[in-house]
Amino acid sequence: MNGVAHYQSCFNDLVGTDELVSLRQKAIEHFADAGFPTTKDEEWAFTNIGPLTRINFELAASSSAPDGLDNYRYGLNGLVFVDGHFARAHSHLNGLSAGVRVEHLGDAIASNGDLVSESLGQAATTEDEAFTALNTAFLQDGAVVYLPPGAVVDQPIHLLFVSTGQRANVVSHPRVLVVAEANTQATIVESYVGLDSEPYLTNSVSEFFVGPNAVLDHYRVQRESTAAFHIAATHVREERAAQFRSTAITLGGRLTRHHVHTALEGEGVDSTLNGLYIEDGAQHVDNHTLIEHAQPHCQSHEFYKGILGGRATGVFRGKIHVHQAAQKTDAYQANQNLLLSETAQINTKPQLEIYADDVKCSHGATIGQLDEDALFYLRSRGIGHQEAIRVLTRAFAGEVLDRVRVPALKDQLDQLVDHRLDRAAAAVAP
Amino acid sequence: MLHIENLHVAVEDTPILRGVTLAVEPGEIHAIMGPNGSGKSTLAQVLAGREGYDITEGSATYCGQDLLELAPEERACAGLFLAFQYPVEIPGVNSTYFLRQSYNELRKQRGEEELDAFDFLGLIREKLALVEMDESFLKRSVNEGFSGGEKKRHEILQMAVLEPKLSILDETDSGLDIDALRIVAQGVNQLHAPDKAVVVVTHYQRLLNYIVPDFVHVLYEGRIVQSGGKELALTLEEKGYDWVKEPVQ
Repeated sequence: MNGVAHYQSCFNDLVGTDELVSLRQKAIEHFADAGFPTTKDEEWAFTNIGPLTRINFELAASSSAPDGLDNYRYGLNGLVFVDGHFARAHSHLNGLSAGVRVEHLGDAIASNGDLVSESLGQAATTEDEAFTALNTAFLQDGAVVYLPPGAVVDQPIHLLFVSTGQRANVVSHPRVLVVAEANTQATIVESYVGLDSEPYLTNSVSEFFVGPNAVLDHYRVQRESTAAFHIAATHVREERAAQFRSTAITLGGRLTRHHVHTALEGEGVDSTLNGLYIEDGAQHVDNHTLIEHAQPHCQSHEFYKGILGGRATGVFRGKIHVHQAAQKTDAYQANQNLLLSETAQINTKPQLEIYADDVKCSHGATIGQLDEDALFYLRSRGIGHQEAIRVLTRAFAGEVLDRVRVPALKDQLDQLVDHRLDRAAAAVAP
Repeated sequence: MLHIENLHVAVEDTPILRGVTLAVEPGEIHAIMGPNGSGKSTLAQVLAGREGYDITEGSATYCGQDLLELAPEERACAGLFLAFQYPVEIPGVNSTYFLRQSYNELRKQRGEEELDAFDFLGLIREKLALVEMDESFLKRSVNEGFSGGEKKRHEILQMAVLEPKLSILDETDSGLDIDALRIVAQGVNQLHAPDKAVVVVTHYQRLLNYIVPDFVHVLYEGRIVQSGGKELALTLEEKGYDWVKEPVQ
């Protein structure tokens, strides 16, 4: 059975929630129409998903939560999902202010069905997006965060998606829906972790609706196992004077593709996309972003940095689309890459599409090795070669890590990154 | 302390140093002067261990060791210090971290215990006063956004912290206004001691009014063509470098 037919057959076997049937039905049709993308599709030119499409991934039967879950919580509370299934016993959130809801999809449909049906799939559309369609077709579980007007949530909300990786060829389709009404403020940490080494696929879709004047901080931490395929889409719609600040850290995965689409749909939106990817071995990471300026007086800041060693390959593709109405747009995009080995590769392609005439847009992409002058400077002060390499790569990553504003998360990310860079530095130094 | 014998250095087959011989002993201050392109900076960089130079002939020993065999960090740990002509900006590396790391590497080498952050802060405060630098600089990234004068003072600060046996100052005076020059020179003079030596590489005689050398050498076309006492610098100032070029040709 070829890939598409396999998933159609799985779809027919799945008895899902009634409320989602029509959405899911439409999605599987869209998926069947589109089929998996290939490198002939321009948007996938540098990411070959052949190895993924050759595996017929299966949904996991319910999995029990693994031991040591606390190691992946970053000291934060929230919802936990294991191999795609909500783990109620491990999900804690106390002290949320009145009206704030953080619940899994089933509960959200029961308690607030209108909200779900009005929002779900409204940012992440399934047409021409095979993986989003596939995620939607298999929609069973997921996280729903609702912030009523004026709600301010102090503690970060952690949505943790664990893949046990104990059985080969399991797929999960994590789904996140965040609706932040006017004048709300919250921090959402979305994290993915893989524990064991059997191949699996995480196909996640996240939707954020950021209402007028709302401030949403978003962190996305990807620590899948190196046997994992991680395909993700983040869709954001921002209304008047909204602020959305996202930092996406990618450390794991055999093959990672993260598509981010932010639509600035009201005046005065301030949107930030930060990214850091650190890969080595034979890992592949593809960051694909589209920032759509639809209204005047909006700002967007995009800052992605990558460190690639070994035979790792990377893709950065960042498109800024400024609509004709979006006068006084101020958009800035930077992608900086550090290659630690001669066999690591990056394809970076900034793309500006501007239809308004009074805008400020700039972009820059760099690919380089460690600065020899800086290395010599450190060594001439007694700092050993390997340590000097570590210090400089760490400084390079630090520019993104320093933007993480959740102290507990930042501390652990610092440690994780240090650990990864120690490995990288050891592989580079003579 | 430092004995350079007939040192020949080339960069991509182009000879830069063509037989430099120089002896520097403890307690001495040497000035190496010369016109642009004479090889002054190459000499300084080679002594500090910069890669990319081919040593085609000759030798350099430092405190009885073959200097040219040592990695840059080993030279630093052995007490050799180069004040850079162009100090490198290193965004994201905190100045205090850098200074402490480097100080502790040298201590480790001497078999001494590393200094913790608190004790180091005490030490650094004292040294900051020497080069009239503000404490706020400790929070900044190494050399990032420093003015020319601040960069050079930062070099002298490092020298004050690391207390090297042999300091090589590569055009530390270039681009300094008179106040910064005085501060830099004062720092160097205060750090000088009978068991330490300084090699000042400079284009201009001006610095030597403040750091008075015991010996002045003129480097021209990769060779030392004149050596003398401090009065040689004055002669050079008066007559220009054309005067030393003649005997070579």
